[in-house]
Amino acid sequence: MTVARVAWTVGVKDLRVELRSRSTMSTVVPFAATMLIAFGFALGPGRTLLLQTAPGLLWLAALFAAVELFHRAYLAESEGDALEGLLLAPVDKGAIYLGKAAAAAVQLMVLLCITTVMVVALFGLPLGERPALLLLTFVLGVVGLTALGSLLGLLAVLGRTRRAAVPVLVLPLLSPVVIAAIRATDLLTRGGNHDVGGWLGLLAAFDAIFLASGFLVYGHVLED
Amino acid sequence: MKLSNRVLTRVGTRGAQRALGWATLASLAVTVVMGLLVVPPDATQGDVQRLMYVHVPAAWLAFMSFGTVFVASIAYLRTGRIQWDRIAVASAEIGVQFCALTLVLGSLWGQPVWGTWWTWDPRLTTTAVLLLIYVGYLALRRVADSPTRRARWSAVIGIVGFLDVPIVHMSVVWWRSLHQEATVLRPGAPTIAGSMLATLLLAVLAFSLAYAYLMVVRLRVGRAEDRAAGTVLSTPTPRAQTPARVSAVTVTRSSRHA
Repeated sequence: MTVARVAWTVGVKDLRVELRSRSTMSTVVPFAATMLIAFGFALGPGRTLLLQTAPGLLWLAALFAAVELFHRAYLAESEGDALEGLLLAPVDKGAIYLGKAAAAAVQLMVLLCITTVMVVALFGLPLGERPALLLLTFVLGVVGLTALGSLLGLLAVLGRTRRAAVPVLVLPLLSPVVIAAIRATDLLTRGGNHDVGGWLGLLAAFDAIFLASGFLVYGHVLED
Repeated sequence: MKLSNRVLTRVGTRGAQRALGWATLASLAVTVVMGLLVVPPDATQGDVQRLMYVHVPAAWLAFMSFGTVFVASIAYLRTGRIQWDRIAVASAEIGVQFCALTLVLGSLWGQPVWGTWWTWDPRLTTTAVLLLIYVGYLALRRVADSPTRRARWSAVIGIVGFLDVPIVHMSVVWWRSLHQEATVLRPGAPTIAGSMLATLLLAVLAFSLAYAYLMVVRLRVGRAEDRAAGTVLSTPTPRAQTPARVSAVTVTRSSRHA
């Protein structure tokens, strides 16, 4: 089977599991909502401060929920010993990675959209006049988070104690993606004609680097 | 591989280590004398600028250490030989030290010159992120249960983590920032007085020797650790008899792709 075919099969399988069980979304969406409320408590009811910090809060809520999402993406696999099957399948391991990442990216995109609606409602964040660029920021950001998250999520389920080390690694490794995504979102929602090309370029570069390296090294992590 | 083995054996001897240690001490001493007494203070910043002679070499060495982790990680994944993993972890530990040193010294320098301990300048921020990545790298190593898994996973992080380094360098170009532009490693003549440049290069040499010395000592500790773990595990204990552990040890001791 070709890489694209394997990736498609794995990705569609993951999404079908999620559509039928809704186990991931039913956890991470309330989690993100709780976090937004908590941010609201921390920053007080003053409207100006909440509005200024809203783009950052949006991405932070998405990031923390995403850590859980990446973990859950592999939880079902490891519980049913399905990882053995993936390991033994005579296909390119990198293609499995791409499939898992694509499915996680779709779920994360849904999560991010729901979180955005909540941020708009709770903090009064305007979506700006350039929705296409905002959507591009979301897509590039989601791909960046997923490219690494799908690799590290595997580390979280392959053993007993390893989960503790994964958030320690996820946050610094992903922080450049988060910084760029927050800044671009901030500039785009502020209105006016701010240049976001540099930030989007940075996001795109990260996506390319981490997707490629994830594709190459995934087999070594799964090989256990 | 054979050549690198021979080099490792040669620098691993006690005499070589002692010589390296003395060379490190001597070059550091000369750097101290040059940096504090011989070279004139900076025209605008005064004596504070002397921090450059430790700040800049520490930063270069931190990047070099993480570069070594990157190369050793790739070599480990390709060959499966455990000595590459020992090189990677030794370099990562030293790199974390140098990286932390860079941030602390930069902070001390920034307070009198920029008027602040810390600024969210891209290069500072990315250096802090780099430090966190390799602290995470070391954390991941501590929680892994089999030597093979530990080596393989930390190799993956060693590769992915190092891919952040280009962002550090490019960030200077991408964003306008408070940080002064690179003065030595850039096209055209360095914008620095000759004696200052000489002292800086001497400091880099001293720090590199310190790095080499620490590496050699750490590699010996790594070999001793593995040997100790090997002795413990080769005499079967209830835990060592579980298949996963036994196979992990066998895989570690012979090379995977013989």
